[in-house]
Amino acid sequence: MESVWTKPETLTDTRMHYCPGCGHGAVHKVLMEVVDEMNIQSETIGVAPVGCSVFAYHYMNVDMQEAAHGRAAAVATGIKRVLPEKIVFSYQGDGDLAAIGTGETIHAANRGENILVIFINNAIYGMTGGQMAPTTLLGMKTTTTPEGRTTETQGFPLKITDLIAMLPGAYYVTRQAVHTPNAIRSLKKAFLNAFRYQQARKGYCLIEVVSNCPSGWKMTPVDANKWMEKNMFPLYPLGDLKAEGKLVERKQP
Amino acid sequence: MSDSKLMKGNEALAEAAIRAGCDGYFGYPITPQSEVLEYLAEEGRQRGMVVLQVESELAAINMVYGAAGAGKRAMTSSSSPGISLMQEGLSYIASAELPCLVVNVNRGGPGLGTIQPSQGDYFQSTKGGGHGDYRLIVLAPASVQEMADFVYDGFDLADAYRNPVMILADGALGQMMEAVSFKTYDPKERVPEKKWATTGKTPDRERNIVTSLFIQPEKMEEINKRLQAKYKVIQEREVKYQLTTTDDAEIVLVAYGLAARICARAAELARHRGIKAGVVRPITLYPYPYDVIRQLCGHARRFLVVEMNAGQMVEDVRLAVEGRVPVEFYGRMGGMIPPPEDILEQIIRYSENQPGGAAPAERAEVHEIMER
Repeated sequence: MESVWTKPETLTDTRMHYCPGCGHGAVHKVLMEVVDEMNIQSETIGVAPVGCSVFAYHYMNVDMQEAAHGRAAAVATGIKRVLPEKIVFSYQGDGDLAAIGTGETIHAANRGENILVIFINNAIYGMTGGQMAPTTLLGMKTTTTPEGRTTETQGFPLKITDLIAMLPGAYYVTRQAVHTPNAIRSLKKAFLNAFRYQQARKGYCLIEVVSNCPSGWKMTPVDANKWMEKNMFPLYPLGDLKAEGKLVERKQP
Repeated sequence: MSDSKLMKGNEALAEAAIRAGCDGYFGYPITPQSEVLEYLAEEGRQRGMVVLQVESELAAINMVYGAAGAGKRAMTSSSSPGISLMQEGLSYIASAELPCLVVNVNRGGPGLGTIQPSQGDYFQSTKGGGHGDYRLIVLAPASVQEMADFVYDGFDLADAYRNPVMILADGALGQMMEAVSFKTYDPKERVPEKKWATTGKTPDRERNIVTSLFIQPEKMEEINKRLQAKYKVIQEREVKYQLTTTDDAEIVLVAYGLAARICARAAELARHRGIKAGVVRPITLYPYPYDVIRQLCGHARRFLVVEMNAGQMVEDVRLAVEGRVPVEFYGRMGGMIPPPEDILEQIIRYSENQPGGAAPAERAEVHEIMER
């Protein structure tokens, strides 16, 4: 029989705690596939955040550190600075990276830290039960914006990836997704790029993955993906924002 | 000593960090300790150390977490308000059992306070300023020489117990210049193998995980028990203190750091006047020398605790004494340093007044305040 699906070796056999339809599982798998294909398990060190992916180290069979909420980029900096030959990545959600950890996020990028930051943006705090995130869309209902997010009260969705692309320290900044096979293939290529850049000491790489949260959004996985395409992608359009240190010309959404 | 140099306390500490094999220093400028970062930015970098000025003390302590978790000797230094910002990280570091060195060159508070020397951070340092049940090993230098020496001791203790160590100094010790010599120390011989560190998972071992998250309460309690067992060993083995003329002392001063130096002079002046005074100087503030203080209750008729704060360590002295004899307190706050003469005055007052309450002058003062 032809094998149509295999689990990457660096993905552990531990059963994932993620909700059905959540994008984390696919991102984990693709990330570990790239670690396998590049044969870098023994030199890769990951940093897990606080958020839904707080247990990422249960699933990724590489050395990992669990950071305090928002501090993953600082922890990754500490590791990379003393072990510059290793491959270091952080894996963070929108609350972790773009709210409580904004300072660490921006300064790590601005220093051009030679690390990969993976940013899962699902516009909601999943782990704590569906509160507003910095990336929550205007009008979007969450447990802390029951009438929908308004600019008067909660300000605007923070496009932190666009902000980081502007910094000279950032070498490769891209926005990806995992809702279709094509999107997954594209994300895999982005991971490959980022790790190769890190090996070549090119500097800071940020990969945003626009993802869903069926539980937090209170939708079925299929509806969540449809909603994401219709509402998230216009504000967070997919594609490279910065490639090889140069800003990519993009149509304004 | 042949290699003796005249140096500022902060610079002596920084030089010792290089010699102790510190691999990474992450810091943010704050008076009165910025010389540590400045010295390392030049000397440390030249001698192969990673030295990074970062965006905040929050970032600094979390970089220490990362670097220590990667198995390297890592440190940061700051002063009181900056150390407050690091409390979150210290709790995580203590829980994840990462060895590292944190230096607090204490200044006057609360709040933004002053840049002058203070001992107002005793509680924060010794009782756990962050969340949860954890302890730092706290070393209190009293000279520029000890600012250097305690760096080696600090790293050794941190590695031996996989626990964060704090050097609790003050602005005067950081800024003043004294002769200092640097001992022979080879980090290669001293740094143990760190098999738990995240250095990349090789085929011959399971992956290493540095974490403070143990979501099952049974597991979290188990971790807590392990930490408490470690702290118990530290309490049994690592208590350090210095005694000055306490053998026959009737009035025993208890003070640490700079205040202890001033107290030693005050006790000497008291001896000239025929008052049997002595000084207990805790060198480790955690673990605390409760036993030696308890034992002195035999001939000591009173204890006088002197601190550059509103009375913090005095609570530990009272815990040790357990009401056997009176424990008095004298302190200056907000960056003020008590001169020996002021302490002598207190010694005379308390040696003239037998146990039984405040001296008449103080009662009058209290009365006056209450009337106002």
